[in-house]
Amino acid sequence: MERKKITVAITGLNNIDSPGPGMPVARGIKESSYFDTRVVGLAYDHLEPGIYMKEWVDKTYMIPYPSKGKEALFERIKEIQAKENLDFIIPNFDAELFSFIKLENQINQLGIKTFLPTLEQFEERHKSNLPEYGKKYGVNVPKSEEAFSMNDLANILRSYTYPVMVKGKYYDAYKAYSLEQAQAYFSKLSAKWGYPVIVQEYIDGTEVNVIALGDGKGNVISAVAMRKQYITDKGKAWGGVTIADDSMLELTHKIISQTKWRGGMELELIRTTDSKLYILEINPRIPAWVYLAVGAGQNLPEALVKLALGMEVRPFTSYDIGKMFIRYSWDMIVDIDMFSKLVTSGEL
Amino acid sequence: MKINQSIAISENGFVFNPITGDSFTLNNTGIQILTMLKSGKTIDDIKEVIAEEYDVDDLVLERYLQDFFSDLKLNSLITEG
Repeated sequence: MERKKITVAITGLNNIDSPGPGMPVARGIKESSYFDTRVVGLAYDHLEPGIYMKEWVDKTYMIPYPSKGKEALFERIKEIQAKENLDFIIPNFDAELFSFIKLENQINQLGIKTFLPTLEQFEERHKSNLPEYGKKYGVNVPKSEEAFSMNDLANILRSYTYPVMVKGKYYDAYKAYSLEQAQAYFSKLSAKWGYPVIVQEYIDGTEVNVIALGDGKGNVISAVAMRKQYITDKGKAWGGVTIADDSMLELTHKIISQTKWRGGMELELIRTTDSKLYILEINPRIPAWVYLAVGAGQNLPEALVKLALGMEVRPFTSYDIGKMFIRYSWDMIVDIDMFSKLVTSGEL
Repeated sequence: MKINQSIAISENGFVFNPITGDSFTLNNTGIQILTMLKSGKTIDDIKEVIAEEYDVDDLVLERYLQDFFSDLKLNSLITEG
């Protein structure tokens, strides 16, 4: 069968110690038996490793940071579209999703498809909204509150027992054992990610995750459950194994069918010793361990492209249990000419 | 005792619980006992086999088996009933 030629732009080429999902997404799409894909990388930093991984990323363009505003992003996408004729864009960062959702209609008018959650779906699953989310959809979530100042933090912590989790608006989380530690993390997180900083009850248990893809009509197209086996000091899975935990998949179906989630998502869960599942976070995009799902038989990135292009996609019904991923780092040797070309022209 | 039938036991003693993702290694006696449990043998059957095969006092065997079963239970490999 001749593969359909398409051009897909992806962000998240930062294949670093806290990796973005771009590279495994590119890998899944490149390995598709249905699509012959030209992958266009969209990068924020000149040293995002994916830019130089030419096996997976055919061309890269620098784009402005989300802090520059959505208008600057749209102007850059227009310039890129004039050269690349993109069929589809997959944003892979939490912090950029707001801009992409807001720009969705304008991007679509350029002839570029998107497959994103709605603004309401995106907002209601924020860490800071998790308690309301838990009530609304009948799922277990840890107690959590927003802190906008040191005073807030101290007041909130009066009703918590230590340790507590102190979390950034978009990324990063620390376990604090005292008010002083919580204050130090508050300063660090607010400087990096802005306000609010989230204080969350610490739930002890095993960290398990689900990657999923919703079609926007309440159907789960793909869902794979994973147990983290090796966790870095940044809390990222550096190794994991697919598991057959029906209750995790049932929870995923419950959330996607109730919210009619559109696009990729990740549920970060804790399984307590008394076997209760708590939702710690709902990430509104594909996670960096997506290639495990591909390796276990569910090419989620390919299914996402099909959904975006309006093709019929049959939900996956199974995956291989006991498939592991083991991440590694690798030094690439790159000529400085490549780097200088990127820095001076904004593309490579 | 009921064993979780989906657990995978390899010949070299590696045990994988596909529901929790936990993995363990067992010595030869552990493999033998778990394999017997998986094939539907009762605790009394297992006691009999082990007592015949090893030179072990009944009380000591009873204690060892109880310890082993409580470890298996703690790690969700078996359940009561």
